[in-house]
Amino acid sequence: MSLKSYVTPSFLIERNKDRCIKCKVCVQQCANEVHRYDEEDDEIISEEHQCVNCQRCVTMCPTGALTIRRNPNELRQNSNWTAEAVRAIYIQAETGGILLTGMGNDRPYPVYWDNILLNASQVTNPSIDPLREPMELKTHLGRKPDSLSIKEGKLQKKLPPQLELELPIMFSAMSFGSISLNAIKSLAEAAKQEGTYFNTGEGGLHRDLYQYGKNAIVQVASGRFGVHADYLQAGAAIEIKIGQGAKPGIGGHLPGEKVEREVSETRMIPEGTDAISPAPHHDIYSIEDLRQLIYSLKEATNYEKPVSVKIAAVHNVAAIASGIARAGADIIAIDGYRGGTGAAPLRIRDNVGIPIEFALAAVDTRLRQEAIRNQVSLVVGGSIRNSADIVKAIALGADAVYIASSALLALGCHMCQKCYTGKCNWGIATQDPHLAKRLNPELGAQRARNLLRAWKHEIQEMLGGMGINAIESLRGNRLMLRGIGLTEKELQILGIKNAGE
Amino acid sequence: MKRVYVREEYCAGCGLCQVHCITAHSEYKGDIIKAYKKSFPRPLARVIVEEKRPLSFSLQCRHCEEAECVKACITGAMQKDPATGIVINDTARCIGCWTCVLVCPYGAVRRDETLHKVAVKCDMCAEAGGVPSCVENCPNGALEYREER
Repeated sequence: MSLKSYVTPSFLIERNKDRCIKCKVCVQQCANEVHRYDEEDDEIISEEHQCVNCQRCVTMCPTGALTIRRNPNELRQNSNWTAEAVRAIYIQAETGGILLTGMGNDRPYPVYWDNILLNASQVTNPSIDPLREPMELKTHLGRKPDSLSIKEGKLQKKLPPQLELELPIMFSAMSFGSISLNAIKSLAEAAKQEGTYFNTGEGGLHRDLYQYGKNAIVQVASGRFGVHADYLQAGAAIEIKIGQGAKPGIGGHLPGEKVEREVSETRMIPEGTDAISPAPHHDIYSIEDLRQLIYSLKEATNYEKPVSVKIAAVHNVAAIASGIARAGADIIAIDGYRGGTGAAPLRIRDNVGIPIEFALAAVDTRLRQEAIRNQVSLVVGGSIRNSADIVKAIALGADAVYIASSALLALGCHMCQKCYTGKCNWGIATQDPHLAKRLNPELGAQRARNLLRAWKHEIQEMLGGMGINAIESLRGNRLMLRGIGLTEKELQILGIKNAGE
Repeated sequence: MKRVYVREEYCAGCGLCQVHCITAHSEYKGDIIKAYKKSFPRPLARVIVEEKRPLSFSLQCRHCEEAECVKACITGAMQKDPATGIVINDTARCIGCWTCVLVCPYGAVRRDETLHKVAVKCDMCAEAGGVPSCVENCPNGALEYREER
């Protein structure tokens, strides 16, 4: 016999007995079975070992009786062997496995968005009030021709296929499997209502979602799950997923327990089998191979849909992006190292990749230098937290942004980072029907819509303040940005001046 | 007439409808803590949450057109308001014979034996008016107060 575990609870649950009415809502709602009702003592008891601090019980408690805190119990202070470092070793000594996690990198790396300031008009150029004057956020994603020839007011040559967005925000790739159908339905409906797009991830398109095809970007990833002719035809664009910001260089693994009937049918794999997406596409070992797949997909869809290629932001991202543009992609999506995930090895998530701010600036600069910037649209993601991040991203050179973590937060996610367990108490990252029904897609869609609308208004306000009345005029306009608290080198990479300059 | 309809596909089975029902039928309306800790007797919830996971739903009196409980009541306590259609039990006249409990096809009448025996059931929060408290407070839109479709 030995002690079962050295791992002490991460959190403490405080129950205010003056407020607790023993209604058992917490007991009923916790999928981790933290709370239980003791009939003999007429008490609700909380066993914190399983608590992940998802805040479901706290939020649902009708009397506000619950508080979850970080467990104040402390090991002897040690700046090198932090409690987290020690805890990780205890867990691995018990399991012998890779540490898993969910959502984006939570390490205290600098957030460059927060070191960039926006400009505003004063005296010499008028600012614009978006409530009184038109303010254009419409965005077109896709290859733009080198030149236009116009005769009698008509374009002489057909434009390459474009995605039309009412606002420069799209929902990033999240597969059916990693998140629930109700979560996807929420985002799909919100995208439809607000004139933008959601992305299927590598989960295929569930039959209920074909009605949202016009607002779907369908993904083709290394496992090729759910890819068939109707799927490609259904989407407005096709995205080849090479990498993901949370786990560059790593494939995906949806455990068999999550592959229930609907997921299995949508992914076209047997029920209960693991869905393993290889790390690379086994038919892509070079830019030339990528070009083949891009053109295969274009051919299969009659050159009617833009093809996007999504990569993780890694050290050489600028050169890679240049290759992707030359391979014929219409859109390049870059996912920064803070990008979210349903499951990733902890050490990969926390240590691989580069900030999206640098990657974006480097790619935009490189494509301009090579005079091929017009050939692709740039979409960036990887922890876009608010509308100011979006405005800064567009001024740095992005055409649009992808949001996923923010979108899930809008649906109720509380960032407990336990998506990989499949026990999401908010009905988002789960296939358990008992949990998934907690997310009513009608309410979810409304919340996601509200977020998009709120950000739209804020973007318009910020643009107006700069005296700009169309998002096109901000795109790549780095003079609207100034750095604060950055080194010379950081400013140089971002291609922006320091505040005061 | 407007009734409470359940969308069981979105019922999380949390039981908040019951908490709010109890509060709405206590002397401390709007104060859950007092309703639970101070009101004596604490009212029974007029809604019942049935659960067999993943299925769950909240069930309350259907306020039937031809209400069996009204027909069966031996004292005339159970009455259907001809104007609103709401079936209400007059607890002053109810003698706790449970005939209504026996005949209700939905099992929506409950037995309250805390003081004198009375049958309790959903009154659609008619006294307060407006949307019933359970519907108002369902966290996931699983209860609707509407006309029949």
